[in-house]
Amino acid sequence: MSARPDASAKRTGPRERGGIPSRRAKDAIARKTTAKIEKLAESVLKTVAGGKNPFLDIPVRSLANVSWSEKRRLVELGNQRQKRYFFNVSMAKKFMQTFLVSEACKELIESGKTTSIRDLYYVAKHTIGDTRQNTFEEQDESDPIIEDLEVTLDALREELHLFAARKGSMVGPITITDSGDTIDLRRMGSGGWAVPSIVEANVINFRRHEARYVLLIEKDAVWTRFNEDKYWKRNQCIIVQGGGQPPRGVRRLVHRLHHELELPVYVLVDNDPWGFYIYSVMKQGSINLAYESMRMAVPDARFVGLSSFDKDKYEIPSNVSIKMDDGDNNRAKQMLAYPWFKKAQWQREIQEMVRSGQKFELEALSRRGISFITEEYLPKKLKDRDWLE
Amino acid sequence: MAKAATARKTVPPAKKGRKVDRPQLALFEDAARKAGPGKGAPAKAKPAPRADAAKTPAVKAPAAKAPAAKEPPGKPAARPEGKPEGPRVTAESLAQKQREISVSEFFVKNRHLLGFDNPSKALLTTIKEAVDNSLDACEEAGLLPELHVEVHDLALEAKKGNAELTKGEGRFVVVVQDNGPGIVKTQVPKIFGKLLYGSKFHRLKQARGQQGIGISAAAMYGQLTTGKPIRVTSRVGKGKAAHVFDIQLDTRKNEPVVTHDETLPQWHQEHGTRVELEIVANWQQGQRFVNRYVEHTALANPHAAIHYTRPVGAAQRANADRPGNETLTFPRATTELPKEAVEIRPHPHGVELGALMLMAQESKSHDVRGFLHTAFSRVSAQSADEILARVPWAKKTVRPREVGAHRAMAEELHKAIADTRLMSPPTNCLSPIGDELMRKGLVSFLNVIESEGEGGDENAQLDLDSAGMKPARKAGKSAAGKRPAEPSAQPSIPDAPPEDGVEKIKGHNYFIATVTRSPKVYRGNPFQVEVGLAYGGSWPADKTIELFRFANRVPLLFQRGACGITDAVVRTDWRNYLLSQPKGSLPVGPMALLVHIASVWVPFTSESKEAVAHYPDITKEIQLAAQECGRKLATFIRKRKAADYQAQRRSIFELYIEEVAAAIGKITGRKPGPIKREFLQVAHKVTAAEMKEEQKAMELEAREARQRAKARSAAEEA
Repeated sequence: MSARPDASAKRTGPRERGGIPSRRAKDAIARKTTAKIEKLAESVLKTVAGGKNPFLDIPVRSLANVSWSEKRRLVELGNQRQKRYFFNVSMAKKFMQTFLVSEACKELIESGKTTSIRDLYYVAKHTIGDTRQNTFEEQDESDPIIEDLEVTLDALREELHLFAARKGSMVGPITITDSGDTIDLRRMGSGGWAVPSIVEANVINFRRHEARYVLLIEKDAVWTRFNEDKYWKRNQCIIVQGGGQPPRGVRRLVHRLHHELELPVYVLVDNDPWGFYIYSVMKQGSINLAYESMRMAVPDARFVGLSSFDKDKYEIPSNVSIKMDDGDNNRAKQMLAYPWFKKAQWQREIQEMVRSGQKFELEALSRRGISFITEEYLPKKLKDRDWLE
Repeated sequence: MAKAATARKTVPPAKKGRKVDRPQLALFEDAARKAGPGKGAPAKAKPAPRADAAKTPAVKAPAAKAPAAKEPPGKPAARPEGKPEGPRVTAESLAQKQREISVSEFFVKNRHLLGFDNPSKALLTTIKEAVDNSLDACEEAGLLPELHVEVHDLALEAKKGNAELTKGEGRFVVVVQDNGPGIVKTQVPKIFGKLLYGSKFHRLKQARGQQGIGISAAAMYGQLTTGKPIRVTSRVGKGKAAHVFDIQLDTRKNEPVVTHDETLPQWHQEHGTRVELEIVANWQQGQRFVNRYVEHTALANPHAAIHYTRPVGAAQRANADRPGNETLTFPRATTELPKEAVEIRPHPHGVELGALMLMAQESKSHDVRGFLHTAFSRVSAQSADEILARVPWAKKTVRPREVGAHRAMAEELHKAIADTRLMSPPTNCLSPIGDELMRKGLVSFLNVIESEGEGGDENAQLDLDSAGMKPARKAGKSAAGKRPAEPSAQPSIPDAPPEDGVEKIKGHNYFIATVTRSPKVYRGNPFQVEVGLAYGGSWPADKTIELFRFANRVPLLFQRGACGITDAVVRTDWRNYLLSQPKGSLPVGPMALLVHIASVWVPFTSESKEAVAHYPDITKEIQLAAQECGRKLATFIRKRKAADYQAQRRSIFELYIEEVAAAIGKITGRKPGPIKREFLQVAHKVTAAEMKEEQKAMELEAREARQRAKARSAAEEA
């Protein structure tokens, strides 16, 4: 995801240090990726030499070109493609930007370095000629270009040697290796292990573990409660938080934990449209990154709260609720229309939220006691199998 | 001076003119007879009041003689006893008070009708009347007008110019001097000292003046406010002496009184007339009108050179030529005189019943057929027969005088005329400014405006500096497109070729379009409409357009709202021509619109000639002309928009090509130079193709707009 990183994110990304065994494989990937970039540039040159308006053929990354596969229970990218012409006033700038990013990525790959997408923004940003125009004005301009390039080249972000802002932390009864360093996630203190942006097998590997499931928590504050209460120790689970909408690293890691270690995934989020959407992204992928759903989504992920009906079940007083605003209501209405929310239980869930006009944060449960969520709420939910899928 | 025309005409030209002059109002005939034989007007004028006293009792006379009950001194005594007996007023007593009112008395009381409402307006009206006459006279004599218009602030000049301008009302001297044919000595007193005396009222010919009121009214105003007579200097030609007259008006009798008569052995001009008037005026408030009037007169009369001298206070001394005032020169934009306006006979379709009777009475023809044929235009012998075929009494020979005397007969003839199809009146009598000269006038006018600086309102009008005035002529030539482009303020399109109709004036591009309609007729009077517009440049884009109204080349400055011209412009749908237009008002945009009506008889709403009456025939013509101009404007705006867009996108592409070529060069390991060239080649190809397509789309749009406009105007007519 493209959120702006904080200062800590500027540390050098994971380096090849630990990936000694996969070094050759990595070189092969790098060569393949640079070849793709070169091919793109050559095709443009050919078109121009032929006296035609050069273009880039980019798969459309919008709701219109996204479909929900009932069979695979995933949000998938369709076949629509859009031509981005250079000689078109509204597309010219983006066309130019795509090649600036391509060039920067190629250089990164060839020098074997990895950098953040914010860093790339600065690398590619400069003033055009003697105008006051910059190649990029904001990072908001370069981020989508990177995503465009990913889909156009059919190359993953990490293959372009880019990573997003680091966000999210994890603890649990598991030992991993990260860039060659062995890390025991049982001994991570109060802060936990920071989940890097790139978590592919050449960087992260799982070793010994005795976890029974993975619990993804929406926000840091609630995750801290779970860590302090040693919930993961008592219940033999891995707890992860993604600071709101989880970044790619967290989603990819959860995906790997689920598939490689066969751990069920539970999602604990606020009772609001935003929280529901986080669950849905974890479960079937996002519209924007639909082309990566296969590598990130966990269709079996279960929603353990906060449900719209929990306020009665767990006697949460209405004075800790927040009023739904117009934005919430609109979002809820949109979600009612998404095919992956068409299940009756989800319709009921969302409709109840709209009907009551109330939303609840996870912290609202603290009204019943500071550790109510770790000692009563979640254990009861899991015991009663009171979740949604 | 214009009135001089009659005087001048007596020497060589057209005798037709004199014939029409004959049927004059009794008032004139009288005056002319009295003043005519007398050698010196002053001698005649003095005894006159006494001699007339019996016929038309003067105010004093009845007061002394009449024993009537209403007299103030008599009344108190008579009342107590006489109260119940008899009526308070008898027909006899009333009859003693009933007396003729002279035009001058009438206008003394109603001077607002002539444009002398207040001192600031009076200043303008005075100048205007004198300038109108001067221009008329010069044109009739076939001379290129060279005018001097001067306004002197007496208080300021008394202090040797080391003071500020007079605030509010004060004494001013207005001087207007021309190089016209001059005025015959004997005519001078009547022309300047008698209301409704002139050469232009009784004829149908396009001229600035009409009634013969203007200049004498100004003289009367000066006399009323300052007590000073009007001073006229005139010389009719080489070898003739110049004469100076001081003339006063006897308002009770509408007669001139010459108080000073001198022959000058030397005068600096071979021929011409100089008029000096001292009046109470308000320069502070009136100056913007005067400035505007002079500017606009120069605009509508590109063949005239005008030297304009006006007061300047100590604060603006920088520009002053001499203490107290400065002179600006409006050079002539052409040395070609306007086509001479020809005098015509009235067209029968424009004649009203009363007028027809009057004409018939005065006709010298033996029969009605001859009367119709000679008194009117466009009545051939054949069409006269056609008319008479519709009249029951036509069998026998009828004298025109009979028709004049019998209402019924006249009515039958009038109806017959209306029922007969006749050729439209001749239109060669009109003298429009013409497309080319209107453009030249606009260019040289814009040069003046441009040098005025920003603001454009009252204060800015002050800054019409002489420095900016002189290059006007040069710029006029640049209209031909030869002057190298000045370093302009907009570098965006560096070497754009001058577009069709665009004039570059002081670094601003103006689009100028002009339309001269063919002559048309209203009420039997031929008229012709011209419209010119100047778009863009430094006109403010967010304000209502400037509307310059002209009638027979005279700028109309007041009563904009009441004027038929304004009405016609408002009723034109300018949104078709890509200007915004709030409902029921003038359009908004960076534009000045010039509307000129030339006619042998411009129908004004009042004697002060400030607004044109709403004749549907006229307003329709104005609308059509405005639409025609508007279409030219819309084409220009569309073209320019497309050009701007093209230039903008081309520059975008050029910038980006640089970047793309560098990036692709690095990726592929090639030199960016050749890549860039290939891209540029495609750029030209692509944009040219797109431009063609856009042009097509634009033309289509324009055609649709035209059709819409046509449909709308058709609907309006229906």
